Order: sequence, then C-alpha cells, then structure tokens
Amino acid sequence: MKQYDLVIVGGGPAGLAAAVAARDAGIRDILIIERDGRLGGILNQCIHNGFGLHTFQEELTGPEYAHRFIEQVQERGIEYKLNTMVMEIRKDKTVVAMNGDEGMFVIQAKAVILAMGCRERSRGALNLPGYRPAGIYSAGTAQRLVNMEGQMPGKRVVILGSGDIGLIMARRMTLEGAKVEVVAELMPYSGGLKRNIVQCLEDFHIPLKLSHTVVKIEGRKRVEAVTIAKVGPDRRPIPGTEERYECDTLLLSCGLIPENELSKGAGVELSGITGGPVVNDALETSVEGIFACGNVLHVHDLVDFVSGEAAKAGEYAARYIQKGDKREGRSILLRPMEGVRYTVPTFIRPQEMPEEVTVRFRVADVYRDCAVVTYAGDRQISRRRKKILAPGEMEQVVLKKEDLMEEGIEDITIRIEREA
Amino acid sequence: MEERQLTCIGCPMGCQLQVLMDGKEVQSVTGNTCKRGEIYARKEVTDPTRIVTTTVRVLGGAVPVVSCKTGADIPKDRIFDCCHQLRDLEVKAPVRMGDILLKDICGTGVDLVATSEAAARS
Ligand SMILES: Cc1cc2nc3c(=O)[nH]c(=O)nc-3n(C[C@H](O)[C@H](O)[C@H](O)COP(=O)(O)OP(=O)(O)OC[C@H]3O[C@@H](n4cnc5c(N)ncnc54)[C@H](O)[C@@H]3O)c2cc1C
Ligand code: SF4
Repeated sequence: MKQYDLVIVGGGPAGLAAAVAARDAGIRDILIIERDGRLGGILNQCIHNGFGLHTFQEELTGPEYAHRFIEQVQERGIEYKLNTMVMEIRKDKTVVAMNGDEGMFVIQAKAVILAMGCRERSRGALNLPGYRPAGIYSAGTAQRLVNMEGQMPGKRVVILGSGDIGLIMARRMTLEGAKVEVVAELMPYSGGLKRNIVQCLEDFHIPLKLSHTVVKIEGRKRVEAVTIAKVGPDRRPIPGTEERYECDTLLLSCGLIPENELSKGAGVELSGITGGPVVNDALETSVEGIFACGNVLHVHDLVDFVSGEAAKAGEYAARYIQKGDKREGRSILLRPMEGVRYTVPTFIRPQEMPEEVTVRFRVADVYRDCAVVTYAGDRQISRRRKKILAPGEMEQVVLKKEDLMEEGIEDITIRIEREA
Repeated sequence: MEERQLTCIGCPMGCQLQVLMDGKEVQSVTGNTCKRGEIYARKEVTDPTRIVTTTVRVLGGAVPVVSCKTGADIPKDRIFDCCHQLRDLEVKAPVRMGDILLKDICGTGVDLVATSEAAARS
C-alpha cells in the first residue's frame, strides 16, 4: 500500500490552496487526487471575470485565478494525479482510488483533506410538474457545455432561479446569440450579487421576476414553452397570474449542495443545514485527521474565501500530522441564533485554537440597520453594525482566544439584533 | 433635463441612484449612501464600459474552445458587435494563457486575450 502524509481529495481551488499551505507548513509528502483531466475544479468553466479581488486585488477570470494556484502547486513540486477518482475514504484514513493506468489502488494517509466541492440541486429536488423533455439543464451543466465544449444548449431560454450561476449564464447565452426571455425567482429577493443582476440582466434588458416559479413545461421531446406564475407568501402559485413563454431551453439555477457521499462513507458527521461536515476550529471533521474546506464544507459565493479557508485547513492538517490531535480538551458549541442560519465551524476548543478564528455564517433573510452580535455564554464579546445583511452574502466574525479562555462558557451565540 | 435610474453595484446595499442629466452633463446624483455610488453613476451615464469574456473555437486543439477576454474594457454599446465578430473567429492550437488572439476588436483599439490554455491535439 502506498503511503502519504497528506491526501487531498479534489484539485479545485480548495484542494490547491490547502496543498500549498500544508507544504509551506513543512509537509513534504502530499498527494492531490482529481477526477477531472485538469486541476482548477469548477473555475475552469467560470470564464467570466470578477475573481480574486480580495486575494490579488485584480479582477481575474476563473481559469486565470485557478492558474495562479496551479503554478504555486507546480513550483513546490506537489504531486497530483489527474483523471483519478476517489471511490472511498475510510475512518482509518485509507483512500481507495481508481484510474485508467493503475486500476484500483489504496493509499494510507496520515491526514485527509476533503475538497470535493459541491453539486447543483437537481430538477428532481425541485418537484417540477410535467414530462421530462430534452432542453432542461442545470445552469452549471449549460455553463460547461458552452464554455468548455463550445456547444449551445438552445436558442430561446427561460431561467428558473436567480443564483449567480443562472445570472452569469443569462448573459453568456445572450452574448452567444440566444434570447433569454425571463429569469424567474421563487424568493422575493435574488440570491445573486447585485453586480451580476445589473451586468448580466439589466445590461441586456432581461426581466427578473421575483416571487415567481415555473408551473408548467410544455413539449414531449423538447421543451416548447414554459409557464411561470407569481407565488404568494406561502410560495404557492397564485392562479390567474400565469405567463407563458415559448422557448426551447429551461435552465435551473436553484442552489448548490456540498458533495459529501465520500464523507458519509468515512463516518463523517454532516450538518443538516449546510449539508457539509460538522467541523471544529481546526476545520477537522468528527473523524480525527479528516479535514474539510471549500464548497464541500459549505457553499461559498466568492472563491477568495474558499482559498483562505482552504489554506487554514492545510495548516491545521500539517499541525495534526506533526503534533497529533488533542481532542480531550474543552469544546464550546457555537449556536446560530436569531437570523443566523449556520456557522462554520460548529465547535471551538479554546485551548487548541490559535489567537483568532474566523467564523463564517449566512443569515436567513434580508436585514437592514442591524448588528451582528456575539456572546460567550451571557457576555457580549463583539458587536458589529451592518447597514445590510443578505442571505446571498457570506458573513464572518472573528473570535479571539482571550475572550474564550475563562472556564464555564457553555456556548457561543451569534445573532442579528436591531440597531436602535 | 432627463432623469436616469441606476442600481449601484458598489456593495450589497444596491442603492437606487437617480441621475439628473442636462444633455451630456451630469447635474446631480441622488439616492447614493456613499461616495462610491456617485462615482459609479457618473461613469455609468457618461462612459459605460465592460470587460467582455467569451470563448473562441480552436483548430487542432486538445479542447474545442479556449476562453478569452477583452484586454481592457470596451464601450457597453459595442458588446454585441464584438461578440458577433468573435463568433466566427477560429484560432490555431496551441494557445497559451495571455496570448493575443485578435488585435483591435471591431475598431475598439482593444485586443482579445486568451485566459486559458489549449494544447495541440496529439
Ligand atoms: C457551476 C458552478 C459555477 C460557479 N461559479 C462561480 C463563480 O462564478 N464565481 C465564484 O466565485 N464562485 C463560483 N462558484 C462557486 C465555486 O464553486 C467556488 O468559488 C470554488 O470553485 C469552490 O472550490 P472547491 O475547490 O471547493 O470546489 P470545486 O471547484 O468544485 O472543486 C472540487 C474538485 O473536486 C473534484 N472531485 C470531486 N469529487 C471527487 C472524487 N471523488 N475524486 C476525485 N476528485 C473529485 C472535482 O472534480 C473538482 O475538480 C460556482 C460553483 C459551481 C458549482
Ligand atoms: S452608493 Fe455606496 S452604499 Fe450604496 S450601493 Fe453604492 S457603494 Fe453601496
């Protein structure tokens, strides 16, 4: 059996940044396993610009951003295997993988970093009525077809869901000569970035209909028309508000879910809210020595945050390999409260944590003139005013070790409070 | 006087901006919460520009298309002309990131730059 100190599953931005950080922390023996034919993950199909504003103070396209990290991996001589699929990860950190040259093989690792990314919610999960004619694609699949295969899925398009990928594809297909009739969004607000609403829809006069959903798809072989209707506060269609659009393509942009089949197999505990592993301050899952970062942990909208988080996972995995793990110490639960949907991490170990830990979270609704308030037990430890908070934008608070050292803190709560 | 409505893209607030125009002159910007909103509005009504990203076909490449971008921003009202011209463009493999694929797209003075690689088919 081959042995490595660290095996990283997934060669997207998360896997790449984790590998670089682990190497820089002194781990020599690293293997990245990627099922695709190239490194870079989903960024290879995100050809639009706007990546890396935080990391490089420059607006890069997805492939350019990925390239910067691929270079760092190559400069350090970090080993990677392409076209290689991880089939199973076990609790004892053996990894079973397969490729065309080597067949099935097993690797023993001292630590594993999960960096498998996410997948799109499928149509089944949406419960749309009607037949299943051709011409229905997830927005990400359409993105791959257009940007990597050079194929157009159709000429007249309706898009359901106003997440960023849907917005980006509205513009992309328009520029390739298609007519995008409408973007329908179930919620009363868009989950996409303002910048994308303006530059992908308004620039091209594509209507965005909030509180709308698809109620009917016509066509047996191929989509022929799609009917949308307004929904009430209960998110059910309101009769009499139907509008019919002739089209040959329906794109679904209805959210992403972390890809955790492998994690489950390893016995990693998953969060019911994020769909990703429950982790502590070291981004370590419920299984000792298995770490997680990037979209497999929770869905990120900005790749810069993925890279930052993954670098931390790389450092923590390195520390684990070098020094082992102390799990017996005190562990404090982070509780998302009023308006906060979840936090990553879920546990903080005050003795083990570095001087500061960044906690990332999402809010449940749009809040204006409010504050993000953090309590250790009953004691307020931070309060930050916010003009606006929206579910589409990941938020963060920084926890300081000095605030958490006192004995008897039962939990840490983060909540949204009104500002007077 | 003409009034134009814009949404600021500076931050998630997404302030609704009203711009009063006297011909080509900006008279006033209102609705913005901070200075960035005004800067954005002035540029957007007088000289709106965008970076355009797209793909072009690759001949003899290991991949069918290569991604690319305009090397600088181009006037917003030229986006369609440029994309139209690029739809018929074919480039020969190999293509390296940063290669100039086309000079002076549609007379904008801006070049088309590759943002990914396309190796030659083996
Ligand atoms: C369709 C789509 C479009 C997106 N567009 C944008 C955007 O425009 N801007 C933005 O900032 N963010 C975008 N995102 C979010 C984006 O995913 C993150 O910014 C970032 O790419 C996440 O990095 P990652 O490494 O966690 O995941 P990924 O980039 O998804 O990388 C995961 C990698 O793991 C590999 N993998 C998975 N399972 C296995 C296995 N069993 N064996 C071996 N390898 C495996 C995959 O092949 C993949 O390469 C998009 C996401 C999706 C799904
Ligand atoms: S005006 Fe200022 S506060 Fe308002 S959206 Fe623009 S940048 Fe944000």
